Amino acid sequence: MDLSHHMMRSIIKKVFLATALIVSSLVGAQAQEHAHEGEAHAKQEGEAHATKEKFNVGDMIMHHIKDDHGWELAHGVTIPLPVILYSKEQGLEVFSSARLAHGAVYNGYKNVHGKIHRVNEAGADDHEAKFYNFSITKNVASLLLSAVIMLLLFSAVSRGYAKNKGKAPKGVQSMLEPIILFVRDEIAKPSIGPKYTKYLPYLLTLFFFILVNNLLGLLPGAANLTGNITVTLVLAVITFIIVTFSGNKHYWMHILKPTGVPVALLPIMIPVEIVGVFMKPLSLMIRLFANITAGHIIILSLLGLIFMANNMGGMGTSVAISPVVLFFTLFLNLIELLVAFLQAFIFTLLTAMYIGSVVEDHHEADHGIGFEGTTSELG
Amino acid sequence: MFAMLFSLLLEATGSVSVMGAAIGAGLAAIGAGLGIGKIGGSAMEGIARQPEAAGRIQTAMLIIAALIEAVALFAAVICLLVATA
Repeated sequence: MDLSHHMMRSIIKKVFLATALIVSSLVGAQAQEHAHEGEAHAKQEGEAHATKEKFNVGDMIMHHIKDDHGWELAHGVTIPLPVILYSKEQGLEVFSSARLAHGAVYNGYKNVHGKIHRVNEAGADDHEAKFYNFSITKNVASLLLSAVIMLLLFSAVSRGYAKNKGKAPKGVQSMLEPIILFVRDEIAKPSIGPKYTKYLPYLLTLFFFILVNNLLGLLPGAANLTGNITVTLVLAVITFIIVTFSGNKHYWMHILKPTGVPVALLPIMIPVEIVGVFMKPLSLMIRLFANITAGHIIILSLLGLIFMANNMGGMGTSVAISPVVLFFTLFLNLIELLVAFLQAFIFTLLTAMYIGSVVEDHHEADHGIGFEGTTSELG
Repeated sequence: MFAMLFSLLLEATGSVSVMGAAIGAGLAAIGAGLGIGKIGGSAMEGIARQPEAAGRIQTAMLIIAALIEAVALFAAVICLLVATA
């Protein structure tokens, strides 16, 4: 069939989506509000360093799941990333994040817990200063990395498809083709119905974007991209726009004038339906963000147990509990592998169902399960 | 007894709001556990009665579990915000 055509389009869409994501994460993330906690933190940090810092599991976890300038692969091994700042007074400034390492002040900027603050000559926070932060942070770098990975993977698949036409798939193509067919046959077709071809490129992009980034996030030292609420927000907003602009007459009439509902109930029903329109993407956003972040927090707090034992009972205790903790961490990592697939599947499936519910003709709802009406070929 | 538990929890968490967030997260987990457990149990029964419909039952089960999970995650995120704010 015209799968290669779809794939080309999906690649183009992917570039598009990646660009949109980068732009949004650059602009949306930070018109840099200045938190008032800067000084207090700096003081605390100073004290902590003075008294040979005691391990704090909460700080360690937040440090790992948050975005940062510079990509810390391991303790002390940090890949510096470009910091790009713009302010009216100083114009555009580009410098390496290594200049801000360990609380150093550069050009009047300071990195406080992954967020760049403007400081005055005395070293205190300058709350008046307004500047825009367009930096390539750890998350943006990870996003670019995943975009490169997906472009390489899918151009290989599409080349393979063109070359092995009518023959058995080869190499990476045989790994990804079943997944692509799964998205088409198990998600798009039953949920959307006959009009599915129009939406398949978006669904495939969504599925593989979430999957690749979930899996990348599980690697040690990786960024927590799909556990960043701005990223999931952008995904949910794109879904919202597609769903809203695909809505047919039946969909809007169902919201504004539901059939079979007494007139007296309309003042209740219409607001509920309108809230529902916004709750759907909101729940998509929260679900992906919370699932991935929760997974990271659980794994990190389990590993943190070793260091907490060191705090309480010294080296011996931490060595004694390490095997147990390692076993549980391994187990949870395997569960997270499942969750990485499951969340990509659920996000795509729900998106397909929302699209299906707005493009379907009147009263043919089977919500993608296909007990009646449509028959799935594999069911 | 309750007062002792309260003071113990307060000791462990440091502040009343963090303690509230911890209790809230626990309650959300209980609710989600009951809900998803019921869905899973019913799906198992359904599959046992009609193994040929396993695939479709699984899809429906995942969708409904995701809906319940969303509510629990809303609660978890609110607890996280309370605890870190």
